[in-house]
Amino acid sequence: MTEFRTSRRAKPSESAPDGVDRASRFSMAHAAEKTSDATPQISLRGLRKTFGAVTAVDGVDLDVYDGEFFAMLGPSGSGKTTVLRIIAGFETPTSGSVFLDGADATGLPSYRRDVNTVFQDYALFPHMTVAKNIEYGLVVDKVPKSERVRRLGEALEMVRLGGFGDRRPTQLSGGQRQRVALARALVKRPKVLLLDEPLGALDLKLREQMQLELKAIQRDVGITFVFVTHDQDEALTLCDRLAVFNDGRIEQLGPAQEVYEFPATAFVAGFVGSSNFIGPHVAREVLGIAGSFAVRPEKVAIMPRGKTVVIGAPRVDGVVRDVVYAGAVTRIIVDGPAGLTLSSTVLNTAGELDVSIRRGTQVTLSWPAAALRRISD
Amino acid sequence: MAADQGLAPTRSSSYLSTRPKARLALLLSVPLLWLVVMYLGSIVVMLVSAFWTVDSFTGAVVQTFTLDNIVRLFTDPLYGTVALRTILVAVGVTLIDVVIAVPMALFISKVASPRARVALLVAVTTPLWASYLVKAYAWRILLAPNGPLAFVTGGNTPGYGLPATVITLAYLWLPYMIIPVYAGFDRVSDSLVEASFDLGAGAWRTVRSITLPLVFPAIAAGSIFTFSLTLGDYIAVGIVGGKTQLLANLIYGQLVTANNQPFAAALSLIPLAAIILYLFAMRRTGALENV
Repeated sequence: MTEFRTSRRAKPSESAPDGVDRASRFSMAHAAEKTSDATPQISLRGLRKTFGAVTAVDGVDLDVYDGEFFAMLGPSGSGKTTVLRIIAGFETPTSGSVFLDGADATGLPSYRRDVNTVFQDYALFPHMTVAKNIEYGLVVDKVPKSERVRRLGEALEMVRLGGFGDRRPTQLSGGQRQRVALARALVKRPKVLLLDEPLGALDLKLREQMQLELKAIQRDVGITFVFVTHDQDEALTLCDRLAVFNDGRIEQLGPAQEVYEFPATAFVAGFVGSSNFIGPHVAREVLGIAGSFAVRPEKVAIMPRGKTVVIGAPRVDGVVRDVVYAGAVTRIIVDGPAGLTLSSTVLNTAGELDVSIRRGTQVTLSWPAAALRRISD
Repeated sequence: MAADQGLAPTRSSSYLSTRPKARLALLLSVPLLWLVVMYLGSIVVMLVSAFWTVDSFTGAVVQTFTLDNIVRLFTDPLYGTVALRTILVAVGVTLIDVVIAVPMALFISKVASPRARVALLVAVTTPLWASYLVKAYAWRILLAPNGPLAFVTGGNTPGYGLPATVITLAYLWLPYMIIPVYAGFDRVSDSLVEASFDLGAGAWRTVRSITLPLVFPAIAAGSIFTFSLTLGDYIAVGIVGGKTQLLANLIYGQLVTANNQPFAAALSLIPLAAIILYLFAMRRTGALENV
C-alpha cells in the first residue's frame, strides 16, 4: 500500500525533463490542468442524456484544453459517442451544460458551433466531387472565391490528395475517403475537431499508417482533437489524455501513460490493456496484504523454479498451464496457489522462448513491487 | 462446379457450367423473344398503321402509305387542344403527387418509429390491391353532386370535370410516387444531414444542397410513373371527368366508336412522343443515372 502511494507520487510527468517528446506531452497536458485560469476549450458539467428508459450519459464532467489530443475510450454503449454528439450539437443533453471556449453552448445548434466533426462513416456527400465536398463549409460561410480556392488547395495538400479534387467519393479507397473527411472538417479551421471512431473502418495496416498521419496533422494544425474509440491501442498511441467511459460515466481521466500505469478501477485495468487481477482473498492468502490489485502481464517475470529471484520482489510459485506464441510476444498462463491465475508476457527478443518453459513446468513468477497496483472494486 | 451449384452433375449442366455465354443465351432467349416480338413488334405495327387509312364505305383498313392522318392531327384544332390539356393534366397530377409524397416519404423514412413505418408503408400500398375501377367509382361517389363531399362542404365541390379528373388521378398514382421517394430518402444517411449542419449550413441550405439533390432521382423516377400513367388513362376520366376528354378518350373513340384504327394509331403518337421527350428531359438532369 505504501509502495503504491509512493509510486503514484512519482509521476513521470513531474520528474521528466522538458524537450523529450513524451515528457513534453505530459507536461503540456498537466500544465493546462494545473493553471486554473486557462479557459478549457470544451467544458462539460453534470452532463446527462437519457433515451426513453435508457441512460446513455450519466453525469459527466470533463475539461479539454487548447491543443490537446484527447481520447474518449470505452466499450460500445458506454456513452462516449453520445458525449461527442452532444459536444457537436447533434444531441441535446437531458440535463447539464456544454461550454465551448468558455461560453455556454448547450442550446446552440451544430451549425453555430466552432466545432467540426469527422464522421465514422465519413459522411461524404456522394453527389459532389472531393473538391466540392471540402469547399462546402467555406461556400456556406460565404468565403470569397480566391481564398476558398487557396484553402482548398492547402487542405488537399495537407491530406496528400492533391490532384484528387475532381474525383467522386465513390472513386476513392477507404483511407482516401477518411482523409477527405478530415480535410473537409479542418478546412474550416475550427477550434475543436471531433472524430468519431475515425479509423474504425480501415484495415490494420492502413489504420496504423493513418494513426501516424493523424498525429502529425494534429501537431501541425495545433488545434484540439477529441476522438472516440473503443480501441485502447489506438487511444494510447494517439492521445495526450484520455477518459475511460463505462456505463455512461467516466471511470478514469488522465494522461495516457498514467491511466495505463495506474488504473484506478478493475474496469480500467481490464479495458485499457490487459491485467492480472488479484482479489482481496488471494492477496491476503498469497501476498499477505489487504485489498484488490492488478499487475500488467508484461511486468511479470517468469523463470524456472529454483533460479535466482530479485530479492524483495513479490514472488509466486505456479505451474504453466499454457504457452501461447503470438509473434512479437509469448504469453504464458500460470496456475498459482489459491486459485490464482497469472499471465506473463515475454518479448520474443531472442527468437524462441526458453525451451525449458512449457506446459506443466514448475515456475516462479515475480514482479517489481511498484508494478502491483491497488484498484478499487 | 456443377455440384457446387446444387445441380445434378449431368452432362448438360457441366457443359453449361464451363460456358458462361451459352448459359446467358439460354437464360435470356425466351424473355428477349417476348420483348422484341410481342412488345416492340406491336408498337412497330401500330406506328406503321398510323400511315394507313380506312375505306369510308366498307370500314376496312387500306394498307397504302398516306400522310393524311398526320396532317389531320396538325390541322384540326381539337387534337392540339386535347393534347395540350392532357399534358397539363399529367404535369398537374405529377406536381400534386410530388407535393404530397415528399413530406410523407420524409416522415416515413426519417421520423416515424420502426413500427409506425411498417404501418404507413402498408397503408400506402394497400390501395394498390383494390381494383382501379373500384377506386375510380369511389371518387365518383365522393364527388357526386349530392355525395358526401357536397354534404360536408355545403355543395362547394368541384363536381365532375377536369378538377375531379386531376384529383382522382393524383389519388390513383400517389403510391407510385411515395414508394420510390421513400426509398430515395432511406438512402440519404442521417450523417450526411448532420455533416451539413456540422459544416455550418442551416436547415434550408441543407435541404437545398444535400437532401433534395440526393432525393431528386427518386422523385424523377416516381414522376415517370405518374406522368406516363396519366397520359394513358381514359377510364378514370370517363368516370369522374364529365364531358372532359383527354387524348386516351379520343384514341378509344377512334378505335371503338369511329372504327378508324389507323387514325387511333396516329393519335397515340402524341403521348408516345411526350413520354420519350419527358424521359430525355429527365436524363438531362442526371436523374436516371442512379435509379
